[in-house]
Amino acid sequence: MRELKLMKGNEAIAEAAIRYGVDGYFGYPITPQSEVMETLMAMRPWETTGMVVLQAESEVASINMLYGGAGSGKRVMTSSSSPGISLMQEGISYIAGAELPCVIVNVVRGGPGLGTIQPSQSDYFQAVKGGGHGDYKLIVLAPSSVQEMVDFVGLAFDLAFKYRNPAMILSDGVIGQMMEKVEFDEYKPRWTREEIIAKNPWAATGKPPTRERNIITSLHLQAVDQEKQNIKLQAKYKEIQEKEVRYETYLCDDAEYLIVAFGSSARISKKSVEIAREKGIKVGLLRPITLFPFPYKEIGAYTDQVKGILTVEMNAGQMVEDVRLAVEGKVKVEHYGRMGGMISSPDEVENALEELIIGG
Amino acid sequence: MIDIKDIVKPENLVFKKSRVLTDNPMHYCPGCSHGVVHNLIAEIIEEMDIQDNVIGVAPVGCSVLAYNYIDIDWHEAAHGRAPALATGIKRLMPEKFVFTYQGDGDLAAIGTAETIHACNRGENITIVFINNGIYGMTGGQMAPTTLEGMVASTCPSGREHARDGYPIKITELLAQLPGTCYVTRQAVHTAGSVRKTKKALRKAFENQTRNRGTSIVEVVSTCNSGWKMSPVKANDWMVENMFPFYPLGDLKDE
Ligand SMILES: Cc1ncc(C[n+]2csc(CCOP(=O)(O)OP(=O)(O)O)c2C)c(N)n1
Ligand code: SF4
Repeated sequence: MRELKLMKGNEAIAEAAIRYGVDGYFGYPITPQSEVMETLMAMRPWETTGMVVLQAESEVASINMLYGGAGSGKRVMTSSSSPGISLMQEGISYIAGAELPCVIVNVVRGGPGLGTIQPSQSDYFQAVKGGGHGDYKLIVLAPSSVQEMVDFVGLAFDLAFKYRNPAMILSDGVIGQMMEKVEFDEYKPRWTREEIIAKNPWAATGKPPTRERNIITSLHLQAVDQEKQNIKLQAKYKEIQEKEVRYETYLCDDAEYLIVAFGSSARISKKSVEIAREKGIKVGLLRPITLFPFPYKEIGAYTDQVKGILTVEMNAGQMVEDVRLAVEGKVKVEHYGRMGGMISSPDEVENALEELIIGG
Repeated sequence: MIDIKDIVKPENLVFKKSRVLTDNPMHYCPGCSHGVVHNLIAEIIEEMDIQDNVIGVAPVGCSVLAYNYIDIDWHEAAHGRAPALATGIKRLMPEKFVFTYQGDGDLAAIGTAETIHACNRGENITIVFINNGIYGMTGGQMAPTTLEGMVASTCPSGREHARDGYPIKITELLAQLPGTCYVTRQAVHTAGSVRKTKKALRKAFENQTRNRGTSIVEVVSTCNSGWKMSPVKANDWMVENMFPFYPLGDLKDE
């Protein structure tokens, strides 16, 4: 039976991790996501499911604890907010290079620099375009409700293990701090040692005489070998792009205009769509759920139907570049967004639609 | 005439390569201490019969390819982060033996925070620390452990503390932490010192069954290529210059 609770997004993601049978969490405090580790520490999962929870000395350490833990074939996760995620980029690149599954939660706050503790979506580029060194991709999921904070823990782990790739839940301070009704699944047991070895034969769990040693590494000293590894990674990313796109539409069937927005901007934009519809403007909302893989084809399909697209983001215009790529210049695409922790109101967004897209 | 075949017999065997050492030819320079320490670790793993129960964490440094030589499961860390990886591994698999193998740049410069905090938490791991006073892999630059006056490619007229700071005795620092249980400094330049280092390494591994905290074995080492000396000369130089500043012996044994 599903259990109903009223919770903050950050608390919900912590409980979801325990319930999904996650083996380890390593983190370092930073606003606006410190409740994740605080909730885990208060719930003491090491006494129930056996989950390890550890406060590291920095985000550099926590991502490398994740790197070690992921190499043992277990389900490990961390959470942080923008400045902390910047510190993790080295480790994320290594984890992507070594093809290890793990989940990283970014409850984004305004930047650049120390920035502000208010919500933002200005880490879109960092999450979907790389951020660390080398040609790699994270699987990026963008929740827009507390329920999705819960549901995406399981989804992120499933995708991460399916593709042996790190996955990021790109949330923001709104979703992290907001309280909503959530439904939880029953507790899942953690994988047994036998299950881990059977599911993840690549894991460094101690070399029995029956197999070659397992080496978790991103190092390929010869350029030909490193290129081979890159070709393999690119083939994987292509497969993810083909198979794992997720998105949601709202009132798009008869839409003459489209708003594209993710995360909390999509919630705000949904209200803007309703305001515009009351005025007789036929507008729909497309919400990318996966930011990598991005719904290029799915957005591109609207170019025959709509006269213009507005992207709404809490940043200076980042996802808008991907939307422009998706429509290949066939329709006008404009960006509207507030920055530095400011949140647009539904009316502001609706005005922007009229000014930038319909009137402009 | 005695034929060679009459000599090569099991009963005449005095030394044998550990079966935990692979047949891959090592890339280390002749005279380098890394190979000797690798051999000792392989022997200990064989003698303790833990090959299927041990995970090594390799550093970034000349020993980045340690996983090519010791036939166990390995994890290759980012530069300096081995103690954080080892923490993640050991916390999730406390039943395994987990060790890091790190150079001085890795452990005492870029990885200082990870080293100190893993030791301060008393992670139940073994840290093998190769202190050759220089950055071997990148071609002989100054290390945090480079002695005052010692020449390196980024201090070509010798390390000057006014500009470069002082050589760091990180092992002494780590011995201060309540999280460490065994801290020792050894060398591998003579047969006797190799035997002593082997004993120290064995104790450092066995300590993991006692769950008393972190064990650290520093091995004061030569990097004859980086030091631009013959292997023999490098050993002499180490005895004369490194040992007075980095004296051998146990710093802590609880
Ligand atoms: C982040 C990062 N910075 C710099 C380097 C380049 N680098 C590789 S090994 C090394 C120093 C290694 O010296 P040490 O740890 O003393 O080991 P040794 O090679 O002497 O055994 C450096 C600076 C790197 N790989 N990664
Ligand atoms: S450069 Fe120095 S540390 Fe590296 S293999 Fe050669 S002697 Fe050993």
